[in-house]
Parts: sequence; structure tokens; C-alpha cells
Amino acid sequence: MRRVIPIGPYHPLQEEPEFFKLIVEGEKVVELEINIGYNHRGHEFLSPKMTYEQIAYLVERICGICSNSHPLAFVQAVEDAANIKVPERALYIRTINHELERIHSHFLWLGLAGHFIGYNTVWMWAWKYREPILDIFEMVTGNRNHYAMNKIGGVRWDIKDEQIPIIENILLEVEKATWMFTKAILDDPVILARLRDVGVLPKEVAIDYGVVGPTARASGVNIDVRRDDPHAAYDRIEWDVIVFEEGDVLAKAKVRLFECLESIKIIRQCLRKMPKGEIETKVDEIPMGEGIGRAEAPRGEVFHYVRTSGMNHPIRHKIRAPSYMNIASNAYACVGYSIADAALTLAAVDPCYCCTERIFVYADDKKIMGYEDILKLSWELTEKLKRKYNKI
Amino acid sequence: MNILTILFHFFIFPGFLFLVIFGMFLTFLDRKISARIQWRVGPPWYQPYLDFLKLLLKEVIVPINSSKFLFLFAPVLSFLSAVISGTMIYYFLLYPQRSFLGDIIVILYFLTLVPVGFILGASSSRNPLSGCGAQREMMLLIGYELPFIFALLISIVKAGGKIKLGEIIMAQNNLSFLYSWSGLISFLTLLFVFQAKLGYVPFDIAEAEQEIMAGTILEYSGVSLALFKLAKAILLLSLPALLIALLWPAKSIFSFIIKFFFIFLLIVLMKNTNPRLRIDQALKFFWFILGPFSILGVILVLSGL
Repeated sequence: MRRVIPIGPYHPLQEEPEFFKLIVEGEKVVELEINIGYNHRGHEFLSPKMTYEQIAYLVERICGICSNSHPLAFVQAVEDAANIKVPERALYIRTINHELERIHSHFLWLGLAGHFIGYNTVWMWAWKYREPILDIFEMVTGNRNHYAMNKIGGVRWDIKDEQIPIIENILLEVEKATWMFTKAILDDPVILARLRDVGVLPKEVAIDYGVVGPTARASGVNIDVRRDDPHAAYDRIEWDVIVFEEGDVLAKAKVRLFECLESIKIIRQCLRKMPKGEIETKVDEIPMGEGIGRAEAPRGEVFHYVRTSGMNHPIRHKIRAPSYMNIASNAYACVGYSIADAALTLAAVDPCYCCTERIFVYADDKKIMGYEDILKLSWELTEKLKRKYNKI
Repeated sequence: MNILTILFHFFIFPGFLFLVIFGMFLTFLDRKISARIQWRVGPPWYQPYLDFLKLLLKEVIVPINSSKFLFLFAPVLSFLSAVISGTMIYYFLLYPQRSFLGDIIVILYFLTLVPVGFILGASSSRNPLSGCGAQREMMLLIGYELPFIFALLISIVKAGGKIKLGEIIMAQNNLSFLYSWSGLISFLTLLFVFQAKLGYVPFDIAEAEQEIMAGTILEYSGVSLALFKLAKAILLLSLPALLIALLWPAKSIFSFIIKFFFIFLLIVLMKNTNPRLRIDQALKFFWFILGPFSILGVILVLSGL
């Protein structure tokens, strides 16, 4: 007997609106239908109406977790279009920020993954150890999230000399915590029983779906924008790309945990190698042209395309977030496993719906709605609500 | 025994009022200890009572397509069975000589009726997620009943084949059954079975909120939800006491409390240091690991160990 188990649009599994229709026979998932598009906010539409300085803040608000990756990719795209040379020190500071963000994002995922398998102690502990990273952010940039760190031509805040020992101390603490979690996960037979051979995404399928980031690297696809297309200061530092072949949830967890250790390594080298000097170049004007910016966000490659107008705003700004590629792979990875495994697999790609959804065409069987249609609908609804409440 | 004493025993101590008040207090302890393990602050001691009051004041929503009688009757069934089994366990702990032949079987039945109430309520709500939860609860019930009965059998054989809780308690006047190989096996088996009966991690499969929201209790609200929660709270109070009665009786009230909290702590620690199992893994655990393990205990007790 086939039944539909809905995960979403509002479900305790994930805090964001999404809809996975699990078609199950008993406990086994035989088909998965993915519906996204509940979270559209029109960033690509807003972007050409703003100045470059404002857009850096706008794209930061695409996602609360990747709030360094999107601005980084955007400013790189504009710098690419305008051929701006960024000072060395700014590149290092960008790298440090980017890696700190990766650690805090991976810890966040680890906690959530623990929560999804019902292990609330891991959840709380992982988030406790994530807190010092946010403290570093607060110390350096003034904000725990939405750091407002990247600007075209450099960075906004410098890392002061007296802050470096504090950061190194916190890194030591985080490194210990990462090792503790790694060992705890690899030693616990019950956790292994839940994670191993669950939601396997083979290498060929991973390539077919075009998955990126830790999801791809856990399936044995050796890609990493930080190495393949070096941005910031990644080519000046020694570090490894973590790749596992198995493709199951355990491999995804391992990739993320070992990546945290690599990130710590990168930050330490950056703090040591960082040259003195300016942190930004003055940008006078941005000529007409086009540019792309790629950055390895915690979830995979973030891609920003910017066509500049020669004035103070772009003509077109296209964004592709990693979760957009990764979520689709669930349609393969969940099938054949039980509901419990499917819920875990859905979460294992670390999906981020607010990253994914800036698509302004809603595709139905028959009609396709454009941005204006949706906007009109939204206005109508607002009017309706206004009328309703004015009457009362 | 006059009728007033019977009513007192049934409604005040060790019956309804005692079970409800102390059961809710235990849920507070459970939440507080879990919170401290997870580096959180945890609720104040009166939180479960406030939660209960709040639920009493809320509207009871009955799903349109549900079977209304069954949907509203199921929580009452669970709650009453929990109260009756709890009352019996504590009553026989207080007055072992007053137990009657076959009372363990009665307790066993009433303890089984608690999850049956959950299954009935969930199935009658016609929610697919609740249905999934009911299915899981049923499989879990089938899984843990077998080791449960074998573990009970160990105590019964040790007490000389008497199916009377009072006789079992009195047979341990000199030496508790726990201090033997078969007793130890029974103790471990019962710990796992009780974890599943309470619906705690790693066996909270029927309520797995991240997979099927709240599963069995998804459609419940207001008083009926409060009754389900109370049934679980009463189980939390009575199951460790049953374990104490079967294997580890206490001479004084003080040693009873210490033993009770030792078992309670084991349950809470197990809850906080394990992830949830899948339903097939849980079934395999109960049938192919705990089942043979408890049968080994029965063999040991028959050969006098």
C-alpha cells in the first residue's frame, strides 16, 4: 500500500519551508518528490536597483549561515569585472573569515544532524562549542552573524595584533572539540549503525546531479573551488581537500568534521603569514563589463555573475547557491531507505532553502508565472487582508 | 478493610494522586538532568504542573475524519491502565502479604494497555504520520514483550514458581535476586524494555518528532494530550518501582528512594547518550540480542544460578 508522508512545508525536521513528498510502502521510501519555492524573496530582482555597496549587504542576507560566502563571491565578481587589485592583507582576512564561517556552519550542521537522529546531547554540545567562533566574529567584525566584512576592493575591518592570540586560543579549544566529536562519532556503535550505508550517493550519480561541496566530496568527487579556482589567499597556504569515497551520511559527517580541522590549519597559517599593510584599495568607478565570482561556501560552490552598467549599479546579477544543486540529489539518495533514514539523508546535504530560492518563475504543469504575477498576487493578498481587518 | 481505606489507597496513596503528583515531579527531574547534561539551564520544578494546567485549559480538537469515540477514549484507556498498574505495583511494595495469585499477569496486561491506547488513538486519528507512528509503536510492542516476559519469568522461577508479586518481594528478604547472574541479566533486560515502554531514546521511534513529527500523539491537544503525557509520567514513576520489586527490594523507605533514583538516573543517562534507532534495528535488537540474552537468563535460573 502506498502512502504519502509529507515532510514540509512546515515540519520540525527543518526550520525553513520546503516540501518533500515521501511516497512510502510501509516504512520504505519508494519515491521522493521535491517541491521548493516557498521562500522566494526576489534578491536578483532587487540587486540591479541598488548600488554596489548596498548589494554586498543585500546578498549577505540571502542566508544567515553563508553570510560571508555570498558577499565574498559578489565582490569577487565585481572586482573581476572592474579589474580591481585587492591588497594582500585583505585577501588573508577574507580567507580567515571564510574559514571561520565554515567551522561554525559545520558545527551547526553537526548539531542538527545529532538532533535529527534523536541525539539531543550532540546537538547542544556542538552548538556550545560553536559559540566561541561566533565570539571571534563579534570581536573582529562587531557582529555574530551578518559580518558586513567584504567590500569591493578589500575588507571593512582589520584584525588587530592583540586579537591574534585570542583567536589562536579559541582555535585550540575548537580543535579539541572537533577531535572529541570525531572520535565520539567514529567510536559509537549506535551512531555508526544509524549513519553507515544510509543515503548512499554513488560517484557517477553525484556527477550526474552536479552536486557540489561536502556532498560531492563525500561521494568521491574531488572538487573544491578553493583549490580549483583559487580565490582570496588559498593558493598561498598549504592545506588538503578532504575526500571520502563511500557517499553515505557517515562520509558526509566525516568530510565536514575533517574540514573543520583543515580550516583551523588554514586560519593558523593565515594569522602567521598575514602581511602588514592596507586592507582596501580605493575604487573610483566600475566600468562596463561582466565578471564572475566563485567561492567555496560551507555547502559548496557559490556562483555570482554580475554584468556591470558603467554606473553605480549592475544590470544583471545572477546567483547560484550550492543547495540548489545538492537538494535535487535527494531524489536519488533517499529512495529505497526507511522514513527514518530519508529524514536523515534529506538533512545530510545541509540544505539551505533561503540560499536556494531566488527563482522567479514558478513552473506548473500548465502555466508559468513570472515575477510580476507573483508580486501582483502578493499585493492582492495584502489588499484582501487590509480590507478584512479594516472591517473589524 | 473498610471501604474508606480502599478508596484512600486507590485515590490518594499509593493511587491516583500520589502517582500523578510524583510522576510529574519525575518528569521535571528528567528534564532538569537532561538539561544539565546538555549544558542547558532546564525548567523550574513547577514546570510540569504548569504544562499540565495549560493543557487542561486548551481546546480539544478532534480531526474531522477520525473515529471520535475511539480518538477520545484512547487517552483515557492509557491513563487508567497506567494508574491501575502503578497503584498495584506500589500497593504490593507497601503490603506484600496482600498480593493475590497472578497479580504479575494483571500488571503485565495493564502495562501493555498503555501503548495499546497510544496505538488506538493514533490509528483512529487518520493522520498518515500518526498511522506511521502507530505502526512503529505496534512493532516495538511486539518486539519488547518477549524479553519482558522472559525477564519476569526469571524472578518468578527464583521465587519458587509463584506468580505473586508479594511472594517475589518476600522471597528476597535475605538476598536480592539481583545479586546473581540470572538476576543481573533480568535487570539489564528490564532496563532496555522499560526504556522502550517509556518511549525514550533510543526507542522513541513511535514519536520521532524529526521524522513523523510527534507520531502517535500528533493529532492530540488539550485534555487528551495531557492524559497521554500523564500516562507516560506515571509509567516513569512505576516502572523503576516494578524493577525494584522484582529484583532488588528495599528494606526501608530510604534505601528504596536511593535504589529508585539509581535506576531513574540510568534511564535518563541512557536517554541522553544514545541516538534513536531505526524501527528495524530496534526490532532486531529486541528479538535477536535481548531475546536470546533473556532466554539465557531463564536457562541460568533453571540451573540454579
